[in-house]
Amino acid sequence: MRYGTRLTTLSLLTAATMTAALALAFFYAPMDADQGFMQKIFYVHVPLAIVALCGFVFGGVMAIQHLRTRDPRYDLRSYVAIHLSLVLGAGVLVTGAIWAKASWGHWWVWDEPTLVSFLIIFLLYATYQPLRFSIEDPERQARYASVFAITAGAFVPLNFVAVRLAQSYTHPRVFATADGGLPPRMQVAFLVSLAAFALLFVTLWRYEMTSKHASAQLRSLRRKLTADGDRGLPARGRSAAPSLPSP
Amino acid sequence: MSRAVGALLRKELQLELRAPQIVPAMALFSVSTLVVFHFALQRGQVAGDLAAGVLWVTLLFAAMLGTSRLFVADHEEGGLDAFLLAPVDRTALLVAKVAALLAFLAAVELVAVPAFAILLLGPAPSAGELARLVAVLALADAGIAVTGTLVGALAVQTRARDLLVPLLALPLLIPVVIGAAKATTPLFAEAGAGSLPLRWVAILALYDLLFGLLAYALFDFLVED
Repeated sequence: MRYGTRLTTLSLLTAATMTAALALAFFYAPMDADQGFMQKIFYVHVPLAIVALCGFVFGGVMAIQHLRTRDPRYDLRSYVAIHLSLVLGAGVLVTGAIWAKASWGHWWVWDEPTLVSFLIIFLLYATYQPLRFSIEDPERQARYASVFAITAGAFVPLNFVAVRLAQSYTHPRVFATADGGLPPRMQVAFLVSLAAFALLFVTLWRYEMTSKHASAQLRSLRRKLTADGDRGLPARGRSAAPSLPSP
Repeated sequence: MSRAVGALLRKELQLELRAPQIVPAMALFSVSTLVVFHFALQRGQVAGDLAAGVLWVTLLFAAMLGTSRLFVADHEEGGLDAFLLAPVDRTALLVAKVAALLAFLAAVELVAVPAFAILLLGPAPSAGELARLVAVLALADAGIAVTGTLVGALAVQTRARDLLVPLLALPLLIPVVIGAAKATTPLFAEAGAGSLPLRWVAILALYDLLFGLLAYALFDFLVED
């Protein structure tokens, strides 16, 4: 698969959707009667959280593929997805804390199960890279990282159930009912923001994959130039992040 | 399969009996933690949810010690290589390690739970409460043992082994803590013990089942070379 193809189109599409999502959130969606302007952070926080969780699960699915096929490309896909989700996850926690401070008066509330579950999952995935980077052999590193990604991916739903049960939740759920407690205009804005953040994730993922592929190709070209192997080149594995074996 | 499990488990227990290392350390650590709790909480007696919290934090942290040592001897002395040479299913190693960790945890709890009852627990538990406590301990230990074995096997090949085990295991064990703490709180209640909340027992059982299946599916990939 060539990751660089149509990347420009995708980037433009993402930028357009993101602009549309922000415009809809600020000008089209009605002001929240209760929380006022602060509620607008909902259009960033919730899509970000959904995309990050989907990214973690996608990383787990790619890890299953990696263990089944032993193809290092799947491991790279899993790594990039989890890496990006972690970055988005930090954004989720920060926006969540800001929203909590604005609407409930505290930076952190323990009786909001989704927030707590997300923190636990974030803490778990935060060990993904320390685990990866402390294994030297690249093949074993990929295998162990995949085992971790699958375990953590399966842990995500279980953790949500357990934390949800543990709290007598006092705050109403936004999507408590099937068709949502949201007025239709808010729903439109929300869905567009969700699409925008999903596109953002895909675009960033493609960019990082393209970069990894380009450096793998560059490495193999350099190796061909210096006929006698790797001498005089920066040692492979200097960066702990996984890369593809040169084609 | 069962012969291989038996042989491996016998090896683990014999090793621990001849040169006790893990269990005494875990037991000592748990008693020290109880003393730390006494001073940190600044109270002589605890009851209810506080008692459940103290007990589970103590047991969980003691379990981290055992987990990080679980595969170290095999890794350093070449036991894993020898096991891989043997024509047996690799799941045998998983089952034996889970059983060994379970046995270590049970041995530690034989020390830690009485120590907790004597040192810190306010209301004295009756026989019925004790039986229910043992049931919750067994379910929670099964979860800790399965997750601990998986995490121990993951971490033993890394450079930062002892650092990684608690970092990986603590978030993964949060559902166990939730279930176990909620289930034991009524047993330590000041005003007579409440009944065992079945919902939390069900959560613990579900966790054991899910992580048992996960460990069964994934463990083979951790002992390949």
